[in-house]
Amino acid sequence: MAEHTAATKDIDEKIAWAKINADVLRSMQNPRKGYWVALAFCVGLLSIGIYAEVHQYDIGMGPSNLNNPHMWDLYISTFVFWIGMSHSGTLLSAILHIFHADWRKPIYRFAEAMTTFSLLTALLFPIIHLGRVWNMHWVVPYLSDRGIWPNFRSPLVWDAFAITTYLTASVLFLYIGMIPDLAICRDNVKGWRRKLYTFMSVGWRGDDRQWRNFRKTYLLMACFLIPLAVSVHSIVAADFAMAIMPGWHVTSFPPYFVAGALYSGCAGIISLFVLLRYFFKFEQYMTLPILDKTCRLTFAIAMVWTYLNLIEFASVWYGHDVTSKEVLLAKFFGPYSPFFLTMLFFGMILPFALIVPKIRHNMPLIFIVSILLNIGMWLERYMIVAPTLSLAYHPWTWGVMWPSWVEWGIVIGSIGWFGLLFLIFVKVFPSVSMYEVKEMVYHRRRVVFDDAEERVMKPSRQEGS
Amino acid sequence: MSIVRNFIQDWSRYRKGIEDGGFHEYEHMWGMVIDLDKCTGCNACSVACYAENNLAVVGEDYFAHGQAMHWMRIERYWDEPNLGDKASKDTQEHGASFMPMMCQQCNAATCEPVCPVAAAYHTPDGLNAQIYNRCIGSRYCANNCPYRLRYFNFYSYYETSWPSPLDMQLNPDITVRDKGVMEKCTFCVQRIRTAKSDAKMDDRKIQDGDIKTACQQTCPTSAIVFGDLMDHESDVHLLWHKHQTKLGTPKQDKKNPELRGYRLYEQLNTEPSVTYLERVREV
Repeated sequence: MAEHTAATKDIDEKIAWAKINADVLRSMQNPRKGYWVALAFCVGLLSIGIYAEVHQYDIGMGPSNLNNPHMWDLYISTFVFWIGMSHSGTLLSAILHIFHADWRKPIYRFAEAMTTFSLLTALLFPIIHLGRVWNMHWVVPYLSDRGIWPNFRSPLVWDAFAITTYLTASVLFLYIGMIPDLAICRDNVKGWRRKLYTFMSVGWRGDDRQWRNFRKTYLLMACFLIPLAVSVHSIVAADFAMAIMPGWHVTSFPPYFVAGALYSGCAGIISLFVLLRYFFKFEQYMTLPILDKTCRLTFAIAMVWTYLNLIEFASVWYGHDVTSKEVLLAKFFGPYSPFFLTMLFFGMILPFALIVPKIRHNMPLIFIVSILLNIGMWLERYMIVAPTLSLAYHPWTWGVMWPSWVEWGIVIGSIGWFGLLFLIFVKVFPSVSMYEVKEMVYHRRRVVFDDAEERVMKPSRQEGS
Repeated sequence: MSIVRNFIQDWSRYRKGIEDGGFHEYEHMWGMVIDLDKCTGCNACSVACYAENNLAVVGEDYFAHGQAMHWMRIERYWDEPNLGDKASKDTQEHGASFMPMMCQQCNAATCEPVCPVAAAYHTPDGLNAQIYNRCIGSRYCANNCPYRLRYFNFYSYYETSWPSPLDMQLNPDITVRDKGVMEKCTFCVQRIRTAKSDAKMDDRKIQDGDIKTACQQTCPTSAIVFGDLMDHESDVHLLWHKHQTKLGTPKQDKKNPELRGYRLYEQLNTEPSVTYLERVREV
């Protein structure tokens, strides 16, 4: 038993607590040249997007090359992609928290930040794609003297509710989970940071009552977030599943979308894991066993996604809907087939690379694989949106459309926006959860019981037992 | 128990409302018949629609991009491509088939439930209306229209469409739409409203023939018939009755080949208000 534990231990149990603090705090300070280059790169990408959006705002939706059958295109597919990315953090921090998977602890903080920022990115797209952006608040119900409400039957209204709720909840969850760490930061810094952390750590002293309330709140938020995460992507799937169009009107879309979301989210975690490990020298926290487990999880989810994909093909193939079948055939053999086959290769075949330990332990390779998986997942969303619009019921409107620079510019800008937010986050907030890594070290060495932390934190105030 | 009974009754009423489309409750029920046998594909209806409804003339480039605003469009289909070698010269000489397509004013419209701001809604006349002021341009309605009959203002077309003095010919009864708004055929709702108020002034009911849509008025072969389906003596009702097209049935029961009426994509249960009469061919 002891050998087994030793073989699979996630992090070195002999790390001193002070070293954990020092390492994480070091990562938040003294940005090096590479950081500023990355920041400038992200700002550059973002400015392309802003330029494209200003252009589009100014003269209308026309420059995006959208036309009569292709009313949605890259905007909506990228929106679905970013919503999918946002499922990573919830999976790691909420679902695995409930399952007591301890290996999530060193890596869940940045995954949760990824959740929040990809939601902020995703939120931009339904707004950008509106023809009259300045009236976007009409989608949410607000007290208006005209007494007009949104149409509650429309999946777009559900989207507005689901995304704002999920965003609020995930920001709260990220923040609540960070409070003990913010207190550590508060005690170790000076200047504006100290003011910020003092405000944000809401008087955390680490005493018994605070820890107990903290644990309860955290668990409650985790339980609250899981159904939200499932519902938000099911509702995004309903945007398509509620429509009458062939290729969209698919009953299995909600679980399919949720599986795809977890898949791309996990792949995103692997990419950021490799980057953080390399740039912040987090080798002792983001260890290979943890990467192994993340890869296995990704592979499992990839297989769920593959299965759902195959049953979608099967149900279309054996169904009686001729138009759906034609759209499916057109995906395989039509003008979109290069994208579709690439998507199938990256989404279904490539994850098998994750079960090879040699690839899992090769950092550059696993990084490339995770990026390719996400490209495949982006293509998946594009292949849901575009072919149906090109080849729906009415033959007179059949045709293919290629997105213009405006659409590509906004998609690129969204990557810059996400990168910018994430880069700011890793320098302002601790990207590794210090207190939970300490728990890991501690729990490995001693017996676990409820008041353990309390006695360790404050040895002088022993109560009971 | 009464709660359960009420619930079941409500539910069956609700189901019935969906299946019957709710049209029977209406005062009027505007419908149309287009006889494809009479259509010559002359495009006069399309031109009339541009003139009547202030449709923007977008120019060649935007048209090639598929960003045109033709509410009424004539689609051409070249027939029997699957005949191959067997196609005789006569068959070729039949030329294209024409399909005048405008908003089908579905009674169970797919565009209506998906609009997030309820800009697409159903009028008590059975019309499928679009509120330009309310539209935020999410374009979901157009994506969910199986006929692809909704047109989006991709640009501020009015700035270039009608250089002075052409702007003097704009129809004052209709707004000129700005960028970011969805629009589509209204069955010339301004003419319907005018006819209704005229009839009210004269203290009478609307008679068949009081309202002529722009396309109907212009059609040289009178292929288009428009009227009130609730009025059992109107031409349009007689034609629907004669060709046994019925609302509320996903498939028309055709026993006799002389019954030429059909509606587009009836299997989708969208309940269009436009009946097409098949073209008769001797091959």
